[in-house]
Amino acid sequence: MSAPLLIADNLAKFYGARTGCRDVSFTLDAGEVLAIVGESGSGKTTLLNLLSGRLAPDEGTTSYQMRDGETRDLASLSEAERRYLARTDWGFVHQDAAQGLRMNVSAGGNIGERLMGIGDRHYGNIRAVAEDWLKRVEIDPSRIDDRPTAYSGGMRQRLQIARNLVTAPRLVFMDEPTGGLDVSVQARLLDLIRGLVADLGLAVVLVTHDLAVARLLSHRVLVMKNGEVIESGLTDRVLDDPQAPYTQLLVSSVLAA
Amino acid sequence: MSAHRQTNSEPAYNFAYLDEQTKRMIRRAILKAIAIPGYQVPFASREMPMPYGWGTGGVQVTAAILGSEDTLKVIDQGADDTTNAVSIRAFFAKTAGVAVTTATEDATIIQTRHRIPEAALQGHQVLVYQVPIPEPLRFLEPRETETRTMHALAEYGLMHVKLYEDIARHGHIATTYDYPVHVAGRYVMDPSPIPKFDNPKMNDCAALQLFGAGREKRIYAIPPHTQVVSLDFEDHPFEATKFEHPCALCGATMSYLDEVVTDDKGGRMFVCSDTDFCEGRRAAGHHGHLYGGETLSKEAAE
Repeated sequence: MSAPLLIADNLAKFYGARTGCRDVSFTLDAGEVLAIVGESGSGKTTLLNLLSGRLAPDEGTTSYQMRDGETRDLASLSEAERRYLARTDWGFVHQDAAQGLRMNVSAGGNIGERLMGIGDRHYGNIRAVAEDWLKRVEIDPSRIDDRPTAYSGGMRQRLQIARNLVTAPRLVFMDEPTGGLDVSVQARLLDLIRGLVADLGLAVVLVTHDLAVARLLSHRVLVMKNGEVIESGLTDRVLDDPQAPYTQLLVSSVLAA
Repeated sequence: MSAHRQTNSEPAYNFAYLDEQTKRMIRRAILKAIAIPGYQVPFASREMPMPYGWGTGGVQVTAAILGSEDTLKVIDQGADDTTNAVSIRAFFAKTAGVAVTTATEDATIIQTRHRIPEAALQGHQVLVYQVPIPEPLRFLEPRETETRTMHALAEYGLMHVKLYEDIARHGHIATTYDYPVHVAGRYVMDPSPIPKFDNPKMNDCAALQLFGAGREKRIYAIPPHTQVVSLDFEDHPFEATKFEHPCALCGATMSYLDEVVTDDKGGRMFVCSDTDFCEGRRAAGHHGHLYGGETLSKEAAE
């Protein structure tokens, strides 16, 4: 087994006297999907931001295996390196697509931005790649020149995914990617994400409050409460045989369809 | 271009209106701007006796570099005889008592809005631009903190997104003015709203080029003989605007032309936007098809 892709070691973040999250340690291998579940305010998003370098931890470290094979502490990267990493080897899918997309730029421009950011200067190539990615996320390529404002919620979310995957990242962070979508659109999006993750061998850190999403997509689960990880393990094990009282409560409060 | 206390200007003003401490502050910003070509240097822009948008940035830069032996030319859209140009020229004639001219080759300082003169600039000349919005990334990324970071890290992919959008929507790069440039291989810079026709003139220019944005409180510069490259795509290269007609008055085929509507029946003429250039050519005996023998703006110098 090769070295893990992402290592969280004893991460903690405090907002004044309140705890964002603390004592979080885990490793994530290449191609592995990890779900972070828990109720609102349990520190899921704080943890995601710590892992993706968007927040600096108060204690502990996040390390990442760079493309050259060397594992480095994110805090030791320069801002330029961190931003380069975030727009090439990583992706970040926001719950609200408006945060992850440029709403006043066409779909093609949104997908092409990362390519132009790493120096691609050939319009024809950029456009061909954008069309290809629109097809892969099941958007009609004839809508390449439409702005995301003309897209439905589900399409925006798929466009956001395409925009992130165009540079072939190895790790994608997702913050409630299916939040706010109706169930049929959600199902289609989940299906798409599952297909892409399997095809591309992506590692994913997925934040969700929806246990069904976690079960469908993830290999492993962390359950958080009050900023701490109270249970972790293989998804099926945690969801079928929850050990911690809170996890039991969480699992039992899922509505049966 | 050194500081001179008084010449024959009105005694109520310090030379060139601004006080010496303010000029010193602006000169420091200018020196820094020259040292880092294309970098926007913040400066403590002052209130000037004219509204924002009328060249308050350019006026402050001009005031800071003006000396009593300088000869000043001011153009607005290439013309010496428009309101903005006439009033700024009168402003410095009154507050600094300097010589003013409309002839490009006689001027040592040329303040300009929206054009670069057609005549090639010389090493002893300084071109001062009036800049409304100095930030080329502004309309794509509204956060100033973010655009500054992007400049610092030379992350300029976003600038090409703008050009991409142009091609996607219009089939070609439809930006015709304010066309972004890459200065000395480092900073992407907004050349102020000059037509892209003028962009090639900025490259390897013998004159010092200074840019002042009064409302936005920024000064930036292109030192003489600096490489200035207009951004483009490999398969959609930069092209300067070309005109189908020659100038109707002087017959020039290589100048930037203004379209002038002459009646309400669709009549129009194309004339040089650089009035000094056009007059010079007519005086040298070049005539276009609508040339009537009279000169249009002899009183512009006053």
